[in-house]
Amino acid sequence: MYVIQMKNITKRFGNLIANDQIDFDLQKGEIHALLGENGAGKTTLMRTLYGLYSADEGRIFINEKPVHITSPRDAIRNGIGMVTQHFTLVSPLTVAENIVLGATKGISINPREISKSVAEASRKFCIPVNPDAVVRSLSVGECQRVEILKALYRQAKVLIMDEPTAVLVPQEVDALFKSLKQLVEQGLSVIFISHKLYEVMEICGRITVLRGGKLIGTVHRAETSEKELAKMMVGRETFGVVREAGKDPGEPILSINNLKHVRNDGFERLKDISLNLHKGEILSIAGVSGNGQSELVKILSGLLKPTEGKIVLDGIDITGASPTAINAAGMGRTPEDRHAGVIGELSVAENLALEGLDDYLNRGVLDRKKIREHAQELIEEYQIKASPEDPVGKLSGGNIQKVVMARSLSRNPLCIMAAQPTRGLDVGATEYVRKKLLEQRNRGAGVLLISEDLDEVLGLSDRIAVIYEGRIMDIMPASEATEEKLGLLMAGVLDKEKTPTF
Amino acid sequence: MSKFRIEKAPAPAWVRPAIPVAAVVVTFVITLVFIAWVKVNPLHTYYYFLVAPFTSTVSMIELLVKATPLFLTGAAVAFAFKAGYYNIGAEGQLTAGAIAGAWLGVVLEGSTPWISLPLMIICGFLGGVLWAMVPALLKVKLGVDEVVTTLLMNSIIVYIVSYLLNGPWRDPVSMWPQSPDIDQSAMFFKLIPRSRLHFGFILGLITLAVIWYLINRSGFGLKMRAAGSNAEAARFSGVNVGNTILATALISGGIAGLAGVGEVAGIHFHLIPGLSSNLGYTGIIVATLGALNPIGVGIAALFFGLIETGSLTVSRALGVPVYLGQVVQAALLLVTLGMFVLTNYRLKREG
Amino acid sequence: MLIGAFTGFATAYLTGSLWAGVFAACLIGILAGLLMALMTVYLGVNQHVSGLGITLFCTGLAYYAFRVIFGTPSHPPQITPFDQVNLMGDVAVLGPIFRQYPLTYYAIVLVPVVWVILYRTNFGLKIRAVGENPEAADAAGINVYGVRTVSLMIAGAFMGVAGAFLTLSTLGFFTFDIIAGRGWVCIALVIFANWIPQRVLLGAFIFGGVQALQLRLQLTGVKFPYELFLTLPYVVTIIALTIANRNAAYPAALLKPYKRE
Repeated sequence: MYVIQMKNITKRFGNLIANDQIDFDLQKGEIHALLGENGAGKTTLMRTLYGLYSADEGRIFINEKPVHITSPRDAIRNGIGMVTQHFTLVSPLTVAENIVLGATKGISINPREISKSVAEASRKFCIPVNPDAVVRSLSVGECQRVEILKALYRQAKVLIMDEPTAVLVPQEVDALFKSLKQLVEQGLSVIFISHKLYEVMEICGRITVLRGGKLIGTVHRAETSEKELAKMMVGRETFGVVREAGKDPGEPILSINNLKHVRNDGFERLKDISLNLHKGEILSIAGVSGNGQSELVKILSGLLKPTEGKIVLDGIDITGASPTAINAAGMGRTPEDRHAGVIGELSVAENLALEGLDDYLNRGVLDRKKIREHAQELIEEYQIKASPEDPVGKLSGGNIQKVVMARSLSRNPLCIMAAQPTRGLDVGATEYVRKKLLEQRNRGAGVLLISEDLDEVLGLSDRIAVIYEGRIMDIMPASEATEEKLGLLMAGVLDKEKTPTF
Repeated sequence: MSKFRIEKAPAPAWVRPAIPVAAVVVTFVITLVFIAWVKVNPLHTYYYFLVAPFTSTVSMIELLVKATPLFLTGAAVAFAFKAGYYNIGAEGQLTAGAIAGAWLGVVLEGSTPWISLPLMIICGFLGGVLWAMVPALLKVKLGVDEVVTTLLMNSIIVYIVSYLLNGPWRDPVSMWPQSPDIDQSAMFFKLIPRSRLHFGFILGLITLAVIWYLINRSGFGLKMRAAGSNAEAARFSGVNVGNTILATALISGGIAGLAGVGEVAGIHFHLIPGLSSNLGYTGIIVATLGALNPIGVGIAALFFGLIETGSLTVSRALGVPVYLGQVVQAALLLVTLGMFVLTNYRLKREG
Repeated sequence: MLIGAFTGFATAYLTGSLWAGVFAACLIGILAGLLMALMTVYLGVNQHVSGLGITLFCTGLAYYAFRVIFGTPSHPPQITPFDQVNLMGDVAVLGPIFRQYPLTYYAIVLVPVVWVILYRTNFGLKIRAVGENPEAADAAGINVYGVRTVSLMIAGAFMGVAGAFLTLSTLGFFTFDIIAGRGWVCIALVIFANWIPQRVLLGAFIFGGVQALQLRLQLTGVKFPYELFLTLPYVVTIIALTIANRNAAYPAALLKPYKRE
């Protein structure tokens, strides 16, 4: 018996097809994994099921009857609960209040009563929570338990878990898996979104793999292996840019030593990162996003101060320096989110001038002629489809990325940090950006490429490092890397063998 | 079954400038209700409101007089909003400028206009800066919401004025609570003899021109616009967002202070309680209607001058209460705000 | 508040019933709340600017209507305000304290009522959830827009009655500067009280007490800059705000319009 069937689901965002005719089904009492890299369309598919998106095409059946789900309310009514990475809990309220929120009937609420009924549910489902605790004081793992109990309290028969282990420490993961197995025995069905292979192999019965918005296939755990799954997940497409053989790497230009970052809530996002980047090489940091890349990029951009460690660029200590100082030291920066690098309401010319503004000022007054000429030059050189006066916000993603790159590369930086430079770009723009990065390397600059696109990493790099949960798992020459090896490193599988205590 | 769906879609470019005009029309349609209440002919009312002020020199001049402080408060608010700093405190900063002017004007006794005029302007500006300082520092250094603090500062200064006028500054000659008249030299000269139109009008126009130049042509203005529209990206691009906002907030306060000194040196010649009569708050409306653009602010201020003068004319000719003017102004603000939002959407028919 | 003061007054004046005045003030407050909801909840307009716009609109309208109905009389039209109700008889000390206007009692009773609504009812739970985390509330199947609209209507009703208190209880007539910024003071009050109803009551007593105290001090004839004394609550609020900001005590979604993706 199928509790959920999704047939032929297609969802577009503008020109991007996030889900391309996907079929998915869930049997009663199984844990079914939805596996894929970031941007593969897993979350979009599940948000559609939960009524947060409406599909452009396709139909949904629950208990083999067709349904229309247009809001989370409908989903809840149909017995679907969802636990996301971003908890939807109201932090100043108590656990019990959060759990009954929106599920209560009548007018008055008696705190003692709801506390009692939540405690009862907690016992029934074997999910330990303290009903009277204020959510703000809970740990991440406890919050997750509250979210699960919240869904079960509303009689959820299907639980969607969106990368539930991404935020947990290993002991909490074990506890979670134990509860999930118990719940499944009680008749719950679970959809488990993940990109971590070993987890999927540990608890799931069937595994559906998505890649680039398309369905790759559904397999049984018993009939597959981590290697096969890694291949299905990562895939391989033709790669347009040809890399010439590298010259011998030059002397080190950027050295990162024992970099640590601990977030305000005590979560360690970067654990002891050490890297040396040489002149004339592309060093990639591969990894599924959310494993500390954002923090690394922000630290190297001057937007975040590291908790510990030292960063030296061409003999200058830039640890915790301001964006302007890092820029002046010779770092060309491309932010992870290109919209966080340019100001949409300002014109192309103004954005191009903003980073080195002092060069375009004449006693505090903008040298408009110089700014315009500079913009005109870069627009031609980088083939940006815009005029200098156009607001950047009106450009396409590819052209915005070109503006960002033109701005940093035009200053001939010694070192270039490119974070996810081709994410969301079309084929033409992607190739252009990759070509530019190779040009910079051949010019003698050191390029630090932070990317989750394995094709890109394998196609461009001289050396490849893999980041997983805030630490560098391994650094290898590109010649020794295979997608399978990288895929396993990125999914934390090889790590388990190397450091079993982790 | 076909149904309509609301979709987010940016309006074509020509719509934005057309909004204020459309808003004026809608507002007058709405205010018909209130005019009909007093049983006068709405067309007559609108005639006296919008056309009659232009038929006499006296009311034309009065229009400019009314617009004068609004140039400055509108400029002050627009300048701050442009950098994403929601300065609701123009009212208090204006009063601070007025206090500074009323003090200096008395101190300058026996001086010449050549010395007094620039000193008055600087002093009024500094008064506004001073009053804007606390909320600005709290915002930049500690992240305290500026909206509430600037608003509270408005209330505080009302009591300070009342203290000054009932205590140390009270003019012994007058029976009203007011400060002594400022020195002849410190009074702003008249642009037209025997009228109330004074140098403050020019000061307002100059200020609008200066902030236009500052916003659109200076490096500081570029940083300010960057900080105001996307602080994160501005920081990435090397803009010191905190310092930029601090400077903007202080300049904004200073401009509001100029409005205050203008009211003291050009109209009243002494400090009175309730000197501002909502000029600071009206400045927010003017700035919003002018789309935070100094040229737009100038036009909006003149239009508000017209409404205020017009409401007097209407009142005199038809006996409609002058407060109709305020109703029209506020309704205009609300309609414009709503329309700006609505232009981001369009109705789409689904099959 | 002003429009409440006026509507309450005008209705009472025209109908001769004080309670009709209170009711009308409440109604017009609800309308003003609805207007606010339209602007901020549905259109997502900046709350400061639209709040200010509605304030000016209502003020203008009240003045305008006053002139339309009453013209420009030399003496303000009078009504007989509510009598004070004495709960304690002539008991020493307690007697004078409990000689208050009926609306005052209601206002004090309202504090626990609001507390019960906020903390002991389903609707209150929704209000708090929507104020703190509208995304979470939406995911839990709560109508965020609806809850916000109803909250604003209730708030409007309270404010309307507050205005009516001034005209119907204390003064018995309507003047133009009758409110004297009390609406803004209440914002300060809420910040001061950290969004906790019982502390609002305490804050209101302190704010009111400062006013009463300065009046007493003035009567004693002691030379004393009482106006500066009056600024104290505001200064304290700014300081409280600075400290509270560190503790992030106010509703997280304050001032944020909510739009589902």
